[in-house]
Amino acid sequence: MKQLVIISGKGGTGKTIISACFAVLASKKVMADSDVDAANLYLLLHPEIQETHQFSGGKKARIEPERCTQCGECLDVCRFDAISETHEGTIIIDPISCEGCAVCSYICPVEAIEMKKSISGEWFVSRTKYGHFVHARLGIGEENSGKLVTEVRKKAKEIAEKDNLDFVIIDGPPGIGCPVIASLSGTDLALVVTEPTLSGIHDMERVIQMASHFKTRTACCINKFDINLRNVSQIETWCERNSVPLIGKIPYDEEVTKSLTQGIPFVEYSTNSASKEIKEIWERLKQMLNRGV
Amino acid sequence: MIISIASGKGGTGKTTVAVNLALSLDGAHSVQFLDCDVEEPNAHFFLKPKIRQSQPVFLPIPEVMEEICTYCGKCAEICAYNAIAVLKDSILIFPELCHGCGGCTLLCPEKAIKEKGHRIGIIELGSSNNILFIHGKLDIGQAMSPPLIRAVKKHINSKHTVIIDAPPGTSCPVIESVKRSDFSLLVTEPTPFGLSDLRLAVETLKELKIPFGVIINRADVGDKQIQDYCQKENIPILMNIPMDRNIAVAYSEGKSIIETQPSYREKFLELFEKVQRLKK
Repeated sequence: MKQLVIISGKGGTGKTIISACFAVLASKKVMADSDVDAANLYLLLHPEIQETHQFSGGKKARIEPERCTQCGECLDVCRFDAISETHEGTIIIDPISCEGCAVCSYICPVEAIEMKKSISGEWFVSRTKYGHFVHARLGIGEENSGKLVTEVRKKAKEIAEKDNLDFVIIDGPPGIGCPVIASLSGTDLALVVTEPTLSGIHDMERVIQMASHFKTRTACCINKFDINLRNVSQIETWCERNSVPLIGKIPYDEEVTKSLTQGIPFVEYSTNSASKEIKEIWERLKQMLNRGV
Repeated sequence: MIISIASGKGGTGKTTVAVNLALSLDGAHSVQFLDCDVEEPNAHFFLKPKIRQSQPVFLPIPEVMEEICTYCGKCAEICAYNAIAVLKDSILIFPELCHGCGGCTLLCPEKAIKEKGHRIGIIELGSSNNILFIHGKLDIGQAMSPPLIRAVKKHINSKHTVIIDAPPGTSCPVIESVKRSDFSLLVTEPTPFGLSDLRLAVETLKELKIPFGVIINRADVGDKQIQDYCQKENIPILMNIPMDRNIAVAYSEGKSIIETQPSYREKFLELFEKVQRLKK
């Protein structure tokens, strides 16, 4: 069983659209959406949810006003700006800023602060017409997106192992921080989807450097390549110099948006050149994955 | 006034709106521009600031003085992030898990822990014409962006019109970026993805009690669901930017909209007026 993650650095380059195509093209796989703070793959896979699990990432500090003597010690130790004093002198804790370190609860001389477990998200196991699918929803403004990503991936892997599947395909989040690192760790290959814009190139370089920092193999594809051909050759040069295989160039296509509004994975919606290129990319990825490192 | 530009979904045009708003206001207003997308900062491609100062940012992480440490395990017990493991006669620190809360240092009964700086990234300060520019860049391999965002935001001077370009998503880095703004602009696109993520962004801003309005980018492609949603939820749509290949090509080269289509300056100034009216 091999794990593939689709990442990009920059948001909106087409990760989810391409992931949904792989859901159509790959047989014997489980799909996972690890963009837990803005999940979208479900909009194309139309899951029938079979299991819902609550996720509790951490605890939040809560103050008992009756017990609090307003001594202010907690104000001094909180490094996350989560504790403040109102005009009336009442100490309040902002649950959104609280990172759950609990230092205030340890330091409070009258034990007025309690750490409460908070439900900070949900994750789902579903059936789709393309096979099993695991996705999640992080609560608004919650911490620990990395931990929730790990839950999603653990379940996806478990299903793949139990059903003797060939692939876990993970639609990753944008950026290079905590949830991306959690999405990438232990995968066999990361497909980086970029676009020929200065921002796209810069973000691609950073995310590939991040992947190689964690010793994960990468391959790259360019979406909407015909927007700027000069930038395409810059990407080609960079990939060559850094030994990153460039495995496809998808043309800009208005049909993609149409397929999206109808909620259909693009390769199912259209058979034009963009669709053919995505099929080629999947074939090359499959070869890379099966060949191993 | 502090205006933050956010979106939920990535790639909808946050940076485009932030940059063009800043450039349109430059001259008549003193503008401070903060790129808080420290994982993937991009605004500098468009504003091309002259960087005058570069400061590394450190997170305070524990350093154990093993000659004093009794391996009692208190620090590992209180660490909420599993960043410390105490073995029989040694102690392991995992800097990438540490949030820098300072709990272990404060609560060690032997006072055997001091703090040292663990570098997470840099912030760079400069200017572009009259716009004061600040951005953060997370070091490759670092997981924790909120402390770096806080370091960028320390430089806010609210005498200026402050424009904050936020990262995509709705979790902690976004909260850190938009917190304490007077107004938020949510940039979206008329697709099911755009709508799904807009709903999340709206919930986030309501939770934070920040007033907001919506900008629809590539407004003429896709469907009408965003308009319907905004109307139903009583959310003002403050601007529509049509799909325009020229804008996309200019973007790919690091050019702003108003650089290639100066008539947009008026539209961004109108947008600013609307924001001023709505913020109270």
